[in-house]
Amino acid sequence: MTTKNTEQTPDGIRGFFVRLGRLDRRWIFLAMGLSIAVPILLGLRFPEVPSPMARATFDAVEDLPEGSLVLLSFDFDPASKAELQPMANALVHHCAAKGHKIVFMALWPLGKQMADQAIKDVLLEFHGGKYTYGTDYVKLGFKAGNEGVIKLMTTNLAEAFPTDAAGTALSNLPLVADIRDLDSFKLVSTVSAGYPGAKEWVQFGRESMKSDAQLTAGSTGVQASQLFPYYPKQLNGLLVAVKGAAEYETLVTEKYPVDRNAGRLEQGRIRMGPQLVAHLLMIALIVLGNIAMIASRGTQGGAR
Amino acid sequence: MLRRTVPILILASSGLLLFVSAFSPFTVGLQEIVLKWFNILAAVAFVLGAGNLLAVNLEQISSHRPGWAYSAITLAAFVGTLAVGMLKVGAVPNPMYPDVHFAGAHDDPQAPFGWIYGYMLVPLTSTMFALLAFYVASAAFRAFRAKNFEAILLLGTAFIILLSQTAAGMFLTGWIPEDSVFSFLRLDVIKRGITEYVQTAGMRAILIGIALGVAATSLRLIFGIDKSYLSKT
Amino acid sequence: MQRIWRVCATLATIATLSGLSAFAAAAPPAPTDVSAVDVPGDGGAAIHVRWSVPAPAETKLAVIERRIVAPVKEGEAAPADAPWTEVARVDAKKGAEPGYTVSGLPNSEADRHASDQIVFRVAFIGVDDQQTAFVEAAPVVARANLILFKKIPLAIVCAVVFASVLGWIFLARSGGSVRIRRIAALEAIDEAVGRATEMGRPVLFVPGIQDMNDIQTVAGVTILGRVAKTAAEYDAKLEVPTSRSIVMTAARETVQSAHFAAGRPETYDESAIRYITDEQFGYVAYVAGRMVREKPAACFYMGAFYAESLVLAENGNAIGAIQVAGTAEASQLPFFVAACDYTLIGEEFYAASAYLSGERDQLGSIKGQDAGKLFAAAAILTGVVLATLASFTPSGPLAGVSSAFRAFFGG
Repeated sequence: MTTKNTEQTPDGIRGFFVRLGRLDRRWIFLAMGLSIAVPILLGLRFPEVPSPMARATFDAVEDLPEGSLVLLSFDFDPASKAELQPMANALVHHCAAKGHKIVFMALWPLGKQMADQAIKDVLLEFHGGKYTYGTDYVKLGFKAGNEGVIKLMTTNLAEAFPTDAAGTALSNLPLVADIRDLDSFKLVSTVSAGYPGAKEWVQFGRESMKSDAQLTAGSTGVQASQLFPYYPKQLNGLLVAVKGAAEYETLVTEKYPVDRNAGRLEQGRIRMGPQLVAHLLMIALIVLGNIAMIASRGTQGGAR
Repeated sequence: MLRRTVPILILASSGLLLFVSAFSPFTVGLQEIVLKWFNILAAVAFVLGAGNLLAVNLEQISSHRPGWAYSAITLAAFVGTLAVGMLKVGAVPNPMYPDVHFAGAHDDPQAPFGWIYGYMLVPLTSTMFALLAFYVASAAFRAFRAKNFEAILLLGTAFIILLSQTAAGMFLTGWIPEDSVFSFLRLDVIKRGITEYVQTAGMRAILIGIALGVAATSLRLIFGIDKSYLSKT
Repeated sequence: MQRIWRVCATLATIATLSGLSAFAAAAPPAPTDVSAVDVPGDGGAAIHVRWSVPAPAETKLAVIERRIVAPVKEGEAAPADAPWTEVARVDAKKGAEPGYTVSGLPNSEADRHASDQIVFRVAFIGVDDQQTAFVEAAPVVARANLILFKKIPLAIVCAVVFASVLGWIFLARSGGSVRIRRIAALEAIDEAVGRATEMGRPVLFVPGIQDMNDIQTVAGVTILGRVAKTAAEYDAKLEVPTSRSIVMTAARETVQSAHFAAGRPETYDESAIRYITDEQFGYVAYVAGRMVREKPAACFYMGAFYAESLVLAENGNAIGAIQVAGTAEASQLPFFVAACDYTLIGEEFYAASAYLSGERDQLGSIKGQDAGKLFAAAAILTGVVLATLASFTPSGPLAGVSSAFRAFFGG
């Protein structure tokens, strides 16, 4: 893939930068690989100052009375797990630390497994003693239908989810036996990677929720730009990408620290180390690329 | 003539009905019903796709065309995963019905299907997603050149966002007090301004254009003005 | 004597204290004018409960309860009374006409029959937390109305947009001017396919990763028809890997039609349009691998894309292909713009099939789409000006107009 240098290349520093502009992308891949691997291996960590959006998300859970009924929707799959599982874990820990009753669901087929992982790694690990299935938390599982599921839930939850993920009728589960629709939840929170996700919850679910109920979302960085217009009116809180996860983790673990396996609630902050180095690398590459462009002006077939 | 008229009639009638259904409580459930019909169609069509997958890859293997080994791996993975899942091989017994094999949980991490998911699908999809980091770097190096004023604006915005998304932003400008008159120079404040005002405005404009495009395209299809989706044979 | 005084004093104290506590713990007057009316123009799930507050200074909260009363059928005994269910506790004095809209009433057949009456009752809680007796409103039936009133603004906006699109279509038919600006990405189709033919390499067309129920996929498949026709005319090999089975079927029909239209039915190769997998990254792994091995000279990405957009575009860049992309996924547009030679942004992508057809009807619809955009811009500008002027006179008439304008468009 090395570009053959058939144009006139000037000598000296200028020539160096012109050649740099034609750098084989594999060197860039290597630099990126090292910029991500080295901080993780060295355990680089940085302090996080929570942003207003992360704080609003924290307050949305924190201000609810203890034991409130909350709905967590896991609308992502393994591809986005690295970016979204940390915030999902922190959310589960926060809700459990407040003693909220949690209903898990998923609009993505593999979201159910993401929810199972959060339950196993966080809920049962740190709060297993006080959380019993059926009375304190329920897994509804995945339901096909995208935004149709949300619309159904606004009128009849049992029609959207006749049974839980294991096939038990909702009427046999004390926590959800009397829940009629979305209105019953004090907080709905979605961790979403795309469609269906936070946007669909805002468009189809928000309207039927009580005005004092909270709707928060966690999303990937790429999708976040479509969600900013909804904050803070339709969305009471918004966590954006790994940065949002790290900020939220900071708030949650400061208030509700754990005494073992703390790493499970620090994944967002761990990932901020490589994010810093990678971002600095990208800035350096952009600067170098522009210097190369300036250096090759005037030569034949300058850098593109 | 029927081959073209019937599809147009189906599209027109269902399109108009679904549009009207959004405005009346008696028909608001129609959309969910139609979506369920589509999901049934898609599930049946999956059989078609799977058959095509088998046919194409088997042909590739039998004719020993270059790359036939990839086809062999594809078929092995497809058939193996399908068999393990459908037959619930090694499924974890259901505590409520321990003697009923097909009541077991095949997606439990201890079952083979769950193992394939956890140790093959998850790492592979995560790996493919992780490739984006490398591609973003090479795209940034190649494409982010300050050739004109708009490109310079883009670069400046990129630098601000890249820095403010990390601890570097706090290091560079975090020392400026939030309540001082120079607080607007803080990177997190600039970033918030860019994302909440500039980016939101631009995104809304694009979304309005897209919504109008969807409306115009839908009207062309519903009224039979655009018939390019129909077979001309 | 002293003993008598002590007894009298004790009795007097007890009487005073009783009087005081009674005075301190007195409940406020009960609600008056309690009524419940069906909310008009809804789906039958809301009823508005109203009341009057005789003593606002002593009243704090209103407690609202409901009970469903099934109608008595002829010849049958009256059913037992259903239990009262608390609906809400709200500020009793909020607003000029205190009330509360009870929404989310059960209105499916399984929960309630359309003829069931609902009875509401209201009690007050005073400042000393003493509750009054309940006062019942007359029974009311929550009816589903034919039209949802809150969707009327949407219907009006839709009518305006549809009228402009259809109007321009008719104008174009009757000979009106339908000049559309040049869209570089669509003009480049011939150039891209021609390049592939010269280099003897295939053309790759990716119709997105969503199914045919997504309008982006429909738009992508219509562009495929044009690309396929050009490829057939130039005798270039076209490959179309699809992520959904139905899309594969539709794509095959489209490509076959295109070959027939180009007069080259014998060059149609069904196996070039194949189904890969529904799994997003499995699909992109196949396409990326295919691009690296087969090295297509022209790559078209037309449809709905998500995270895989940059993987595809960068791979295409690495193999030196000319790339034309089109999507309405706003979050993926930056990646395509950065990595591809030509990009159809949002509405350009939807206009593509009309643009490529060259038919006056369809070009007229693009003009109508632009008129709709002008309407949206005018509405935004009007709203911004009204809101800005209203902020200077919060209690003036402009504030009311601005609120009404916002309520109309905002719902």
